[in-house]
Amino acid sequence: MTEAGASAREWPLWEVFVRARRGLSHGHVGSLHAPDAAMALRNARDLYTRRQEGVSIWVVPAEAISASSPDEKDAFFDPAADKVYRHPTFYSVPDGVEHL
Amino acid sequence: MYGNHSGTPEQVSSHDAYADDGDADFLALIQADGRVEPRDAMPNAYRASLVRQIAQHAHSEIIGMQPEGNWISRAPSLKRKAILMAKVQDEAGHGLYLYAAAETLGVDRSELLDKLHTGRHKYSSIFNYPTLTWADMGTIGWLVDGAAIVNQVPITRCSYGPYARAMVRICKEESFHQRQGFEILHTLSNGSPAQHAMAQDAVDRWWWPSLMMFGPPDDASPNSERSMRWGIKRFSNDELRQRFVDMTVPQAQALGLTLPDPELAYDDTTGHWRTGAIDFTELFEVIAGNGPCNAARMAHRRGAHERGQWVRDAAAAYADKHRSATATGAVA
Repeated sequence: MTEAGASAREWPLWEVFVRARRGLSHGHVGSLHAPDAAMALRNARDLYTRRQEGVSIWVVPAEAISASSPDEKDAFFDPAADKVYRHPTFYSVPDGVEHL
Repeated sequence: MYGNHSGTPEQVSSHDAYADDGDADFLALIQADGRVEPRDAMPNAYRASLVRQIAQHAHSEIIGMQPEGNWISRAPSLKRKAILMAKVQDEAGHGLYLYAAAETLGVDRSELLDKLHTGRHKYSSIFNYPTLTWADMGTIGWLVDGAAIVNQVPITRCSYGPYARAMVRICKEESFHQRQGFEILHTLSNGSPAQHAMAQDAVDRWWWPSLMMFGPPDDASPNSERSMRWGIKRFSNDELRQRFVDMTVPQAQALGLTLPDPELAYDDTTGHWRTGAIDFTELFEVIAGNGPCNAARMAHRRGAHERGQWVRDAAAAYADKHRSATATGAVA
């Protein structure tokens, strides 16, 4: 057994985002542990792109992500619920009018 | 989102005032076939059940590297060796996807590994059988990975989002595993009489243990009913086992190999293949730690973890050094 200290501490968690191909945005694919960003990128390549699933990878320390709370989901997203006039289907268009 | 852990299970339980089955919101979500995500409120028993199942699944993936790793240095050609290495690397990857999914439930990776190493967590009993010949590589791919696929495909629709998503990725990769195994056996079966006999011997040894991978019969599977109600499990052990048998028997015929069950017969009325009785006392013996390789698998796993300590230490020390140099502004 090794002595306690920095080495006994668990490596930090990183969230991994992969761009599947040019023209698409990076999407979240999972997470992994690594001691630093360079190792996180290498590990992400080996773990999430073994079959050419990506052309670009982002790794983000999990602790750097702030997320909305599921408990406040309703209050947080409600303001958008009663604004149907933000959608084009809200508006009526006379028959025969095109390109609108 | 994987990164938003909900704290330790203890922290969660302190404010979890729900009945064991879950509150109305949780049950409504499950009944609507919705997905539970990491930071949602969930019953403690649901969380605990998932941690146990996902961790056991992750442990099985990494212990499963051993029986096949055993043959990498002795693969019969460079092509087979490259394939086997890719497969064993996939198993490591599957373990990592699953550990990450388990961690979204508020447990630490190190805690899960510690439970494996101290025998408090189990892994699939199938990996406690030895791989005696090259034909075992074919048979594991065909039968063991074939059974795993039948087990795992329904989990892609599991009610817990991170587990379901990990399983989508795993299932895609497993199909290569099964096909490469089938191809190995097909080659051996159509080779010399000695090669054919080697293939048959491996199938004879792996058939019954593969059927037992689906777990005990439904009437002896205590946790199944609740797992089904919660959408963690979609089909019963016996249903999945039957599905596997029905898929596999015609494949054995295509291979020109027999399955070691004199009672195996097609039932015209049901359209299913019926097997003879499965001797589950063997399964329970292996689970209890008395299989041919239990002790060796655990000793190897613990040894690999301990021998890798210096690598983890070195990487952490390098990262710390680099971080403190950046923080203080390295002297130019």
